[in-house]
Amino acid sequence: MNDASILSTHDLKCFFPVKGSFGRTLGQINALDGISFDLKQGEILGLVGESGCGKSTLGKTIMGIQAPTDGRIVFDGHDIAGRSPKEARSLRRRLQYAYQDPGASLDPRWRIGRSLEEPLVIHTNLGAEERKKKVVEVLVAVGLPATHIDLFPHELSGGQQRRVGLARILMLNPEVVILDEPTAGLDVSVQATVLSLFRDLRETFDLTYIFISHDLSVVRLMCHRVAVMYLGRIVEIGPTEEIMSRPTHPYTQSLLAAIPKINGPRVTENFWLKGEPPDASRLPKGCRFQARCPHVQPICRQEDPPDKTVGQQVSACHFAEDMATSEIQVT
Amino acid sequence: MTGSLLQVENLSLGFEGEAGFAHVLDGVSLDMRRGEIRGLVGESGCGKTTLANAILGVLPRHTMSVRGGSIRFDDTDMLAPSQAAAQARVRGRKVTFIPQDPFTSFNPVFTIGQQIDELMKWKSPEREAEDRRPGLLARYPRARRKADRARVLETLEAVQLPQPEQILRKYPHEVSGGQRQRLMIAMALLPEPDLIIADEPTTALDVTIQAQILGLLRRLASERDAAVLLTTHDLGSAYEICDSITVMYAGQNVEAAPVDAFFNAPRHPYTGRLLASRPEGTGSMTGIPGELPSFYQPPPGCRFAPRCNRATEGCNTRPALSSPAPGHVVRCIHPLEARGAEAAAAEAIGKAPAAQTEKEMLDE
Repeated sequence: MNDASILSTHDLKCFFPVKGSFGRTLGQINALDGISFDLKQGEILGLVGESGCGKSTLGKTIMGIQAPTDGRIVFDGHDIAGRSPKEARSLRRRLQYAYQDPGASLDPRWRIGRSLEEPLVIHTNLGAEERKKKVVEVLVAVGLPATHIDLFPHELSGGQQRRVGLARILMLNPEVVILDEPTAGLDVSVQATVLSLFRDLRETFDLTYIFISHDLSVVRLMCHRVAVMYLGRIVEIGPTEEIMSRPTHPYTQSLLAAIPKINGPRVTENFWLKGEPPDASRLPKGCRFQARCPHVQPICRQEDPPDKTVGQQVSACHFAEDMATSEIQVT
Repeated sequence: MTGSLLQVENLSLGFEGEAGFAHVLDGVSLDMRRGEIRGLVGESGCGKTTLANAILGVLPRHTMSVRGGSIRFDDTDMLAPSQAAAQARVRGRKVTFIPQDPFTSFNPVFTIGQQIDELMKWKSPEREAEDRRPGLLARYPRARRKADRARVLETLEAVQLPQPEQILRKYPHEVSGGQRQRLMIAMALLPEPDLIIADEPTTALDVTIQAQILGLLRRLASERDAAVLLTTHDLGSAYEICDSITVMYAGQNVEAAPVDAFFNAPRHPYTGRLLASRPEGTGSMTGIPGELPSFYQPPPGCRFAPRCNRATEGCNTRPALSSPAPGHVVRCIHPLEARGAEAAAAEAIGKAPAAQTEKEMLDE
């Protein structure tokens, strides 16, 4: 892993208007509200948060599926926000997105081989023989037998569909892969094999991952760095070990506290985070976590906290330093 | 707290499918006491939901066939056709159900209040003699409606829903997933049941909401002395609220143990490997190679044998129950030694405890 950043975003914003009757705009949802981060060559960046916090929107905006309202996305030295369709096509070879539900993203009437071959038909000039060879090669690399090219998606199990989805992404030798909830809906035993497959593929194909997940225990295992999102903003970002052992944002602390720990104290008996995330179209003035934060102070209701650097982490909390050191930590 | 509430004995059932008979439950036994919280753990496709539905008696009758065994709930035989009236009295009253998906379990075109009223009209604990009128003509006396309404509001308070009066006037799409699951819990509690079957109640929810919901379920169930059968594939949430855990694999119950013994001294190789697959702690995690066997041609005897590295000839007949400790039963002829989870997991995988974790390997 070297330090060169392959992908970075600067103050990325994506707003969705809320329409009322007769097309009037009633308000807007700030799905992404100023996201900035750097992705280094070869690293795995985890993106965690509750549903509705904008994780998937961020992934889709980077991919170009969703146009950003404002801000810059720099990939390999070029600004790629608001790209033309022609540029987008050449970029898509290098930047790939793995969907949440691989079963739904495969055409049910196409055999696996045809689904896998399609990216090669669009993006390369390979002949039919070479394409077939490549398909088999990648299929074997993701741990499926070559005979599976003649099967239909419904004949595969969830874990195998996940592998096919990955194989399709790998056909074009991308550099950055965005994995959107890659283990959601899998059993633990299957999840374990799929996760080790991700690691092996990263080694063989020299990949960089953005790993979107709501499961912190998986993220802890897989990622070098973690970004915690809450209502469209990265509230804390830093190396995995630091974030897990010394969270400086109260939201990160509560996310960590909510994971059941076997043979540990039961979190359900004294879990302190109340309520649910507020409506994203009506953000309160000041810090966006104020309504649920146990340490809320008057300043939190007045000013949106700036990003503060505490140790190796960057945290969006007025009291980040106190959180890291004092005994307020609830774990 | 004492006395057996639910007894499932050697239940064997399946469905007629296109490719033959799918033998989904093969000799499952389960025993629950009053007030107990029991986890039913297993991977998807292991028959947890089928067992839960069989207890409720809501499996499709024309394709299902019972090959043997019995389900007794509080002196009612839940399988005998002659007991249909008694079963109907139990269903929804003494046994209630919390579904997996709170998003599709409400009817989108009625308000939440209308749907809860409908439930209370039929299943309220205040409802006495059987009304023989057909559904549309059945009466809902005003006095009972009023008493029921008070009870509904009180229960909605208990599940920590803000402003219950307003919520009753809303449509399902107007409340969030966590609130909908709270409503489902409230609806399961309203008939004052003896047993609540919760079918993966938190899989669709975020981890912070999951912690809230599980805590609520445990607290309310013990306050009201209801037993809970929690089916889940998430070992963490089973650890959080269960008193004891039953593990199923491919339609067979393989092990049942109190929660501490389950996590610290598992005896069945499958349990050991399941625990080793958890993404927790140091990071040495291993999956289970292979796939679930087909229900059309299941392996004879122990169904885990084809994936088990301790399997021998003897595994071709189903092992009898053995009990290594009080309250701990296992069906295996080559059980793991009781030596704590790490060692048991390592033994199940067939190697020494990992000296170098995968995380370290990754960092290199």
